[in-house]
Amino acid sequence: MAASTASDIKRLSDGPDWTFDLLGEYEHHIDRIAKNFRLDIYPNQIEVITAEQMMDAYASIGMPLNYSHWSFGKKFIQTEQQYRRGQMGLAYEIVINSNPCIAYLMEENTMTMQALVMAHACYGHNSFFKGNYLFKTWTDADSIIDYLVFAKNYIAKCEQKHGEKDVEDILDSCHALMNFGVDRYKRPQKISLQEERNRQKQREKYLQSQVNELWRTVPDNKSRATPQLVRFPSEPQENLLYFIEKNAPLLEPWQRELVRIVRKVSQYFYPQKQTQVMNEGWACFWHYHILTQLYDEGLVSDRFMMEFLHSHTSVVMQPEYNSPHYSGINPYALGFNMFMDIKRVCQNPTEEDRYYLPSIAGQDWLDTVHFAMQNFKDESFISQFLSPKLIRDFKLFAVEDDERNPFIRVSAIHDEPGYQAIKEKLSAQYNLSNNEPNIQVYNVDVRGDRTLTLRYVPQNGIPLAASKDEVMRHLHRLWKFDVRLEQQSADGEIEIIAKCGNKTRGA
Amino acid sequence: MAHFIDRRLNSKGKSTINRQRFLRRYKQQIKKAVSDAVGQRSVTDLESGEQVSIPTRDISEPVFHTGKGGQREAVHPGNDQFVTGDRIDRPPQGQGGPGDGEASNQGEGQDDFVFSISKDEYLDLLFDDLALPNLQKNQFDKVIDYETYRAGYQTDGVPSNLDIVRSLKGSVSRRIALTGKDKRRLRELEEELRALKADKHENTLAILELESEINALKAKIAKVPFIDTFDLRFKNYDKRPVPTSKAVMFCLMDVSGSMDQTTKDMAKRFYILLYLFLTRTYENVEVVYIRHHTQAKEVDEHEFFYSQETGGTIVSSALRLMDEIVAQRYRDANWNIYAAQASDGDNWADDSPFCKDLLLNSLLPVTRYFAYIEITERQHQSLWREYQTVEAATDNFVCKHVQSVSDIYPVFRELFARSEQTAQSGG
Repeated sequence: MAASTASDIKRLSDGPDWTFDLLGEYEHHIDRIAKNFRLDIYPNQIEVITAEQMMDAYASIGMPLNYSHWSFGKKFIQTEQQYRRGQMGLAYEIVINSNPCIAYLMEENTMTMQALVMAHACYGHNSFFKGNYLFKTWTDADSIIDYLVFAKNYIAKCEQKHGEKDVEDILDSCHALMNFGVDRYKRPQKISLQEERNRQKQREKYLQSQVNELWRTVPDNKSRATPQLVRFPSEPQENLLYFIEKNAPLLEPWQRELVRIVRKVSQYFYPQKQTQVMNEGWACFWHYHILTQLYDEGLVSDRFMMEFLHSHTSVVMQPEYNSPHYSGINPYALGFNMFMDIKRVCQNPTEEDRYYLPSIAGQDWLDTVHFAMQNFKDESFISQFLSPKLIRDFKLFAVEDDERNPFIRVSAIHDEPGYQAIKEKLSAQYNLSNNEPNIQVYNVDVRGDRTLTLRYVPQNGIPLAASKDEVMRHLHRLWKFDVRLEQQSADGEIEIIAKCGNKTRGA
Repeated sequence: MAHFIDRRLNSKGKSTINRQRFLRRYKQQIKKAVSDAVGQRSVTDLESGEQVSIPTRDISEPVFHTGKGGQREAVHPGNDQFVTGDRIDRPPQGQGGPGDGEASNQGEGQDDFVFSISKDEYLDLLFDDLALPNLQKNQFDKVIDYETYRAGYQTDGVPSNLDIVRSLKGSVSRRIALTGKDKRRLRELEEELRALKADKHENTLAILELESEINALKAKIAKVPFIDTFDLRFKNYDKRPVPTSKAVMFCLMDVSGSMDQTTKDMAKRFYILLYLFLTRTYENVEVVYIRHHTQAKEVDEHEFFYSQETGGTIVSSALRLMDEIVAQRYRDANWNIYAAQASDGDNWADDSPFCKDLLLNSLLPVTRYFAYIEITERQHQSLWREYQTVEAATDNFVCKHVQSVSDIYPVFRELFARSEQTAQSGG
């Protein structure tokens, strides 16, 4: 850069209107800079869309295609209403974890915004999808679009064959249990469209035969001698949808396939929930670096930079707890500042940093941020890298809210004794197992009336919300025999808190 | 290297199917909201759709999530006053303060889910399963109107119907067809000629020969005319009969002292419904407002609904005025005439038989449908009894009794409910 003289720098037009040629030029430079920063990405497929198409994308949970379901229609109507009334701006972009990585740019964006969005989504998020261990383990970017095509067609076929109503009922019930359709520990298998089709038929038969085996009613003389000793499942199962897919006694093969589809989609989105802070932080960190570099190289004008900084600062702004705009910690703000802070600790560590973050203080910053991006999720990222300086900058404080007390208590603030506590508490706040209720399949009365029992183990005495009764009805629709939800309190006492059953059923 | 795709021209409305499914699923709730909204519209307001509001809890998608209570910890930014150990009293109504960081996002709010439906969707819901009686059997028997429509092209016609673009297309293709081979040959010869001329050797004879051949070809090509009668294409028009699409709706209302504003409002709702319903079958619907006490008068909408008169009641005056107006303006057989009469049932007793005669002899034979609603909480009087005999005698007259606002829509639905017979003939 230093070698290039003023004359061979060709400043890129800063719009405000963009053209495809200009997009290409910007992308070329962004790509060059990103490669210098060792961002490893899936090939980009950048699509320009209108506001209305953006709302469509919102409605189908950001995917370019999805099966038909009324809930997506509701989402669409909601988005449309809010947008029309000006209560909500649309996102500037949506990016999809697929290979090639599909990013949507809104037609209305100015050239500056398009550049920002390309750096943010096509290089930031894209490299995160490709590099982070959770995405590597849980999602298969190569096959997701194919799988959605398969799912959409399969569901459409089922609708023709079995009626929209029946399909909708099953999907409703699956959606209610969607958050419990995730394997937290097992690694999911990769799926491709071809395989999926080939295996689907076989699976239908096989699954049905397995279920039939489990529910065999022909008396078995040997087992009769020792009745009721078999426990099923032998260990509690956390993946409710998986359990239903494999074991629900009366589901038809196509219904099992629907359960499977919802489960797969849920699984695909699971890593995104666990890496929101990191993912957004990483993307902001890189759009900031890339565009700043463009400016340093003299490729973009001051005007471009002002517009960029204006949007950038409003994105990474953290309102304070007493601000009317406050709605929790802004993941963009926290993530961006944490990555910037990691860079600072690497480059200019203070004594404090050397004490609190000895492993990264003074290291190569680029190596360190890549390491952090690849090997952590929000929870561990915070507990590993949140520095006392950042806690002070954010003026973080922890509040303890115990329903047994008439007051809430400030349990830690941004001071020497509080750093560790704040770090732990903030980390816990991003721990999904703390946020989602712990409900597992506990028992099935295999030899009796086939009642399915779920067990809820409350954490810190937090009860389940009233929606549980409704969800139990959905569960009953899938299981088709009595379902029960019991709660195990801290002292080990078991109490049934919800049940749903068809008492009139003769079976 | 990134790959750019312009998707802006892709079809919109990817979510249409999901939206329709949503509407269908909540049809009951939406229908209720729609029928609640009927009373608040102007009689002729047709341009707008409707804001529909249904309770959020009806459309929630339940999931397992944690409720309030228990012990929670939350970290917040921007500490400006607290030190460890500070206690903050809870705000009176549950958790409102900074301790609410983990409040559920599952939409337990009581706000209604409000959205707009388009005009067509609104009317579809409003008139779901309703049909105009007697429509099928008389619709085509008095066809008078013809409409001219484009019916392709023909090779002959008057010059004003000449389609220039089409004709020139024909010209171009004919010329290509007739000269293509020669032109190709011409290019080859010219190529040869250039080669010969570039040649250093003497080729005069060969050149001369080539040149004469070229000239012959050029002449042949030039002979093909630019335009030929063969190329000409004329727009062709044809006529076809169209079913009439004109309707007039007579609104008759008693405005004597006994009709108060609430009664009129109820009548108004009925008129709105009828008007909206008619516009679904007919392209343009004219509305004639006739109000009466002892005398009848044609008025505009505002006066019809809002001016107050006193005095006795002679219903036949309105019927006679209607008859006159029909004779003057709607004699033409392609008018479909509908009438809706609203009254509290008061009439000068001697006038009622006269009304019956007027209806049976002059009005009902020319009207498609005549609806009478009586808005009263009292005993029926002579008019009702006379009208009942009319109802028994003909099939395009109905009378219904309405007691409160909430009766209007059900009564309307009852009047136009698609009967077995119309459903069959409609199919």
